[in-house]
Amino acid sequence: MNDTTAIRHIGQPLRRREDLKLLAGKGRYVDDVRLPDMLHMAVLRSPHAHANIRSVDLSAAKVAPGVRLVLSGKALEGKMGPIVPNWIIPGSKVPFRPVVATDRVRFVGECVALVVAETLAQAYDAIGLIDVEYEVLPAMTDEDIAIRDGAPQLHDNVPGNITTIYKVRGGDYQKAAREADHVIGLRVINNRLIPTCMETRAIVASPEPDGTLTVYIGSQVPHMHRRWIAETVGIPEHQLRVIAPDIGGGFGAKMHLYPEDLLCPYLARELGAPVKWWESRSESHQSTSHGRAHTENIEVAFSSDGKILGLKVDTLGNVGAYLSNMASGGPTVNTVNFGTGTYKIDNYEAISRVVVTNTVPVDAYRGYGRPEGAYIAERAIDAVARHLKLDQVEVRRKNFVQPTEFPYRPYGSMGVMYDSGNYQGLLDKALAAFDYDGRRRECDALRRDGIYRGIGVAAYTHMCGMAPSRRLAMSGFDRGGWESARVSIDSSGRATIYSGSMSQGQGHITSLSQIAADVLQIPMDNIDIVQGDTRQVQAGHGTFNSRSMAVGGSSVHVSSQRIVAKAKKIAAGMLEVDEKDVSYSAGAFSVPGTDIAPVTFSKVARMAYVGHKLPDGVGPGLDETVFYDPTGMGSPSGVHLAYVEVDPATGIVDILDYVAVDDVGTLINPLLAAGQIHGGVVQGIAQALYEEVSYDPDDGQLLTGSLLDYAVPRAEHVPNIRSLFQETPSPTNPIGVKGIGESGSIAAPPCMVHAVLDALSPFGIAHLDMPLTPPRVWAAVQEARTGASQ
Amino acid sequence: MIPAAFDYVRASSLAQAIDLLRDDPDGTKLLAGGHTLLPALKLRLASPALLIDIGGIAELKGIEISEAGIRIGALTTHAELFASEPLNKELPVFRQAASLIADPQVRNRGTIGGSLANADPAADWPAVVVALKAEIEIAGAHGFRRVAARDFFVDIFSTALAPDEILASIRIPRPKPGMRFIYRKIRHPASGFAVVGIAVGVRLHGGVVAEICIGVTGAANHAFADQHAADFLTGKMLSRDNIDQAAKLLGETTECLSDRYASAEYRANLIRVEIRRALLALSS
Ligand SMILES: Cc1cc2nc3c(=O)[nH]c(=O)nc-3n(C[C@H](O)[C@H](O)[C@H](O)COP(=O)(O)OP(=O)(O)OC[C@H]3O[C@@H](n4cnc5c(N)ncnc54)[C@H](O)[C@@H]3O)c2cc1C
Repeated sequence: MNDTTAIRHIGQPLRRREDLKLLAGKGRYVDDVRLPDMLHMAVLRSPHAHANIRSVDLSAAKVAPGVRLVLSGKALEGKMGPIVPNWIIPGSKVPFRPVVATDRVRFVGECVALVVAETLAQAYDAIGLIDVEYEVLPAMTDEDIAIRDGAPQLHDNVPGNITTIYKVRGGDYQKAAREADHVIGLRVINNRLIPTCMETRAIVASPEPDGTLTVYIGSQVPHMHRRWIAETVGIPEHQLRVIAPDIGGGFGAKMHLYPEDLLCPYLARELGAPVKWWESRSESHQSTSHGRAHTENIEVAFSSDGKILGLKVDTLGNVGAYLSNMASGGPTVNTVNFGTGTYKIDNYEAISRVVVTNTVPVDAYRGYGRPEGAYIAERAIDAVARHLKLDQVEVRRKNFVQPTEFPYRPYGSMGVMYDSGNYQGLLDKALAAFDYDGRRRECDALRRDGIYRGIGVAAYTHMCGMAPSRRLAMSGFDRGGWESARVSIDSSGRATIYSGSMSQGQGHITSLSQIAADVLQIPMDNIDIVQGDTRQVQAGHGTFNSRSMAVGGSSVHVSSQRIVAKAKKIAAGMLEVDEKDVSYSAGAFSVPGTDIAPVTFSKVARMAYVGHKLPDGVGPGLDETVFYDPTGMGSPSGVHLAYVEVDPATGIVDILDYVAVDDVGTLINPLLAAGQIHGGVVQGIAQALYEEVSYDPDDGQLLTGSLLDYAVPRAEHVPNIRSLFQETPSPTNPIGVKGIGESGSIAAPPCMVHAVLDALSPFGIAHLDMPLTPPRVWAAVQEARTGASQ
Repeated sequence: MIPAAFDYVRASSLAQAIDLLRDDPDGTKLLAGGHTLLPALKLRLASPALLIDIGGIAELKGIEISEAGIRIGALTTHAELFASEPLNKELPVFRQAASLIADPQVRNRGTIGGSLANADPAADWPAVVVALKAEIEIAGAHGFRRVAARDFFVDIFSTALAPDEILASIRIPRPKPGMRFIYRKIRHPASGFAVVGIAVGVRLHGGVVAEICIGVTGAANHAFADQHAADFLTGKMLSRDNIDQAAKLLGETTECLSDRYASAEYRANLIRVEIRRALLALSS
């Protein structure tokens, strides 16, 4: 049997070990959980954006066929909740959020009542029999309007509808602006998005005969869900087992606490039977958190040669009707801290206000805040280039932080530190792959024939793997920055790794195995990864903020090292030599310079469990658990280029090419890395060209309530994406890896917008807000033409 | 997501289906491919007491091409219209238009009869059958009647069909030699339906337009046949100037819809752009 290996696994483009099952339709998702005597919950949602609840008549629903329980919010008062955010920026005013609305609803889709019935059809039928009398109140959906005098007030303890005010400054912006040759302002909107997962949310809570409760939930953060459900419903945490089976996408939306996550466990205990809830697509649009939804007012001061001297940002983050899980952190720490991007801008001043409105709560969505922050920096520098008629690439080059300046603290920030990077290298590689000069000439030549092509550039950096734990406390984040891994070797030398990270499609089973295989020097086939079960996995934080490889992977790396360290001691006992004379390579322990026969890893593992020849002070077993708390955060970076053609007659944007060069440190698996870039870029292109949640500004109705109106891109909407990498290892973790999951969705929106603006430059169009839909582009061209002819 | 309860009958003949339909026309729905009806049922936008599945009725199936003309049974799926060699040899516009409808899954189930009967203002077939000068054959208690396609579409989701009638087939005259059709469509990015779709048939004789017909969908409340641009072009050359004039006429004479995605001005513009592009393609 081949039980050892000398191959280096890290860096290999290995195919995903988990895919066969998923591709063969053998994945097991929450909806596949079908238990005996399982009941079904359906939720009645508010049809109004803002209303007082006058009365709720449950009588007809209660006697409907198959119905076991009907409850309104009043019946649950005092029994559980409220739902409290997990991240509360110090000084925030936190609105009271009941699990089910009691006397007032604040967004279309808010839970008003629920039914539990024997079949899902019966539950839906009974929902239709509940009669609610509402007194409709004035609603507002726009962050700009919510902060005006006289706007409807959503919560008594949130005057002016502002929950949080957050400020950042470095240097002296006012002085820089006074001294600058130019100061320009721009207002950009970061459009509200729906994090569309293939699998909507679902949950099954099942009381076990021993009095414990098992909760199956599509969760990116199973251990966090265990804590939240325990604390909010009042169930002892050790009696709760949270299982996150296969997940069809998360993108941030499955790392928050939703009413249904609490209702199913509560109802299952009340009724003594499993209770299942499963979200329809239209429910998902009006009850699962949205993303982005910012307005940014930007001012940039610069010299005539294109050097940026100062930047000022005023952010309004629309967080919907309540502060969802991380909501106060997104528009603040996650956005404006990163407003200077990859550029050396010493004078920076930013204020961010977090605003409540009558809309679905807004929370983390792939990139959370970093796309908004990068959009600020990138739109600003592109505007500078346009204003000065300088080349967009050269202006960026002039302002980049230099490779020698890392670790770099932008604008002297205490909170932000970019650990490493080489933006010039990224840019050069991207320009070469793209043939920037050739394409530039092509654009110019084609314009003479009335063909409008444009090139977009965007650079980004950010920070991944929020840590260390101690620092999260300062920003009011009620969790740690560590991740845990237990590496358990059996007596045959095979490994089972229990990881607190949680894959939602990233391919952890493959990538974590690669990390472990290199340290343990055993084949990947001898390694199993267990995630997503709080009874099996000791502890964890899960997967978000592109943290899984940097933090979760490092934790696997360190615990694997501990395994090898202990195995070495055991091997020394078996070889009857001193531990320091033993070396481990190619899966065997040997004593170099002697003719002592080496022992393989599996032999040592067997000995660890037989325990016959263990050296003094070494206990039996080969099993190590590490809670790895990083000392710092890694900063991925990248430069993306897009080539587009715009048809001014229809406004249609055709993407001709897209080149992404990303630096995510050490590449564990280039194939998976490219996949992450592809997915992120597609979601970024979607934000730039297609997706936008829209609300009726007068009555707060959700106008993009289904996929008939909300344009999620399909294959025909996206180009072939060329993904290339540069590897600047991160000094903050033992593998040198940085986060990757969010990169594409950060870089692509500004890149695409710049490409379209470049194509439209002959029309003198300097600004467009996303999404750049054909009607919107066409209208801008029309306006420019009319303006020009007047 | 779960339809309200309903009764279900699978009809075996047209007569049986019509009988069942006449019992309670308002509480009954015909089920063809189901790709419009089932989503509506699931969202409880429709809650009929009875569903009559017409999928098994042989009289509503098949494509027949004879000297007299072409007959397409109502149950013919988009995929069948795409695949039929004899039909596309005669009228390649079927393959072209079918390829622009939704995705293979929908095309495998959705039927042309369902599409026409449903009369979604943004559906594709309505423009095509109008440009083909087709007649819609309708079956009722008193036998069959025919309505010209250009008169069939009455308003949003509303047609010349009475509640107790069934769309039986589409009758298309054999095109005269030299007649060429084209269908152009600008898709809505989310639904994939037509923001504007234009079907044009042109026959040139000695460089001059001898016959032209234009069907438009997406732009207005219902698909319609243009008369203004067609009249203007008849007897004229397809020169750039004439095409531009015709495009302008079509844009001006259409009462365009306006919605959250596209304004009436944008739709009018698309009509001009697309008819121009269609005519340019047909002029060469
Ligand atoms: C994802 C998706 C994308 C789509 N994209 C497009 C697109 O791009 N372009 C497009 O044109 N369409 C599109 N459609 C609609 C699709 O073509 C439908 O299949 C079609 O419109 C209806 O045909 P059906 O056979 O499915 O009808 P059904 O759903 O079975 O019926 C539709 C309606 O017509 C009635 N009906 C059906 N047959 C008859 C008949 N013979 N006589 C009288 N009444 C009848 C039914 O009672 C019902 O009211 C799309 C649908 C989906 C689900």
